[in-house]
Amino acid sequence: MNGFMTILRRDLHLAIRQSIDSMTVVMFFVLVVIIFPFGVGPEPNILARIASGVIWVAALLASTLSLERLFQIDYEDGSLELLSLSSVALEVIVLAKVTAHWLTTGLPLIIIAPLLAILLNMNKEGFLVLILALVVGTPSLSLIGAVGAALILGARRGGVLLALIILPLYLPVLIFGVSAVDAIMNGFEAKAQLLILGAFLLAALPLCTWAATTSIKQAIE
Amino acid sequence: MLHHFANPTRFLRIASIAQPWVAWATILLAGAGLYLGLFNSPADYQQGESVRIMYVHVPAAWMAMFCYISMAMAAGIGLIWKHPLADIAAKATAPVGACFTFLALFTGSLWGKPMWGTWWVWDARLTSMLVLLFLYLGYIALINAFDDPARGTKSSSILVLVGLINVPIIKFSVDWWNTLHQPASVLRMGGPSIDESMLWPLLLMAVAFKTYYIWVLLVRIRAEIISNKIRILRLRQVHG
Repeated sequence: MNGFMTILRRDLHLAIRQSIDSMTVVMFFVLVVIIFPFGVGPEPNILARIASGVIWVAALLASTLSLERLFQIDYEDGSLELLSLSSVALEVIVLAKVTAHWLTTGLPLIIIAPLLAILLNMNKEGFLVLILALVVGTPSLSLIGAVGAALILGARRGGVLLALIILPLYLPVLIFGVSAVDAIMNGFEAKAQLLILGAFLLAALPLCTWAATTSIKQAIE
Repeated sequence: MLHHFANPTRFLRIASIAQPWVAWATILLAGAGLYLGLFNSPADYQQGESVRIMYVHVPAAWMAMFCYISMAMAAGIGLIWKHPLADIAAKATAPVGACFTFLALFTGSLWGKPMWGTWWVWDARLTSMLVLLFLYLGYIALINAFDDPARGTKSSSILVLVGLINVPIIKFSVDWWNTLHQPASVLRMGGPSIDESMLWPLLLMAVAFKTYYIWVLLVRIRAEIISNKIRILRLRQVHG
């Protein structure tokens, strides 16, 4: 627990010191969402129909953008290797980094999502479920993304490759996240979709941590 | 026993003996399957002659999933037992599997236009096959993205195992979701529901596709082993 908190505090300090990095991710998120009315036209009914999908896709893309730096910086200056040699298990270190990533990327996205839902004229009923679905879904995005970030350490063109690798793996979270909001807006319950998103998170916690740790060990050999 | 074939030279010798047999098996089986499928089997009472695309579309789709599972098994063996040929086999399978997936999607699209009236529909089966194609492409991109080939194969082995969850989703997608694609008629509880005159050409084509895959796999593994040798010779030339 001590090691987890140490790494978490370190990564949060680094992120706050360069807070422009997480602000960039949030700005990208907002920009992607804002571009859509320019593309599909400002008619409110159409925007309301696509609002949940657009917000989720933008969250996915913003998440992908910020993941490259998760391990890359520590890998390049050798601190990842030193961390792996410490008494703290590499799995705990990976979990701490992923938590820090979610706190500095996922959480700002969740906070700004209602504003964007207003911009896209989303129905009032969908707001709460959108927030809930994002709260349950974005940690899974950080976890799955961590696997991708660990796989591309040392690769050429890592950023684009990362998107190519993890976007197919993001699809289940996207499908159920949008389905939850759409269900509420059509008058149904969203409980099933939220529970499935929770199941994804619970499954991703051990599996993605294991996969990311194995990939990092391959990278620093 | 697995490690008996780990010696690349021994494998090359066995592969060069086996290759003509596999090649002839492919040609004969494909010939028989195509003859039975195109000439000796009935046209569908509803779809007419266009049902014959099934004899290419279904084996291609089966091979797409089979190749991914083979890739995953080879990647697992390479990761766990560090079998030298396992990584090469996984790398060799990837483009073949990607082509089979593309073939399945393409022939399915050609079949869908006369049968369903649309080239494409975003139902569970087609979408999950498209995801499979991107899993293959992601694997090929990742394995070629590193200057050190060993790092590339290790990294992509993990990726294959992570993506393995998609294969049962594809298989059961027509049962779990309300899809336009027809449900399973061969590999299902209660046995095949397809008529024998259509089942035999289908199975012949399926086995023909499998032997074709083994044929191409042997060629590609031999090529990969030889190119590794060339790379080592070049490195020795530079350093020596």
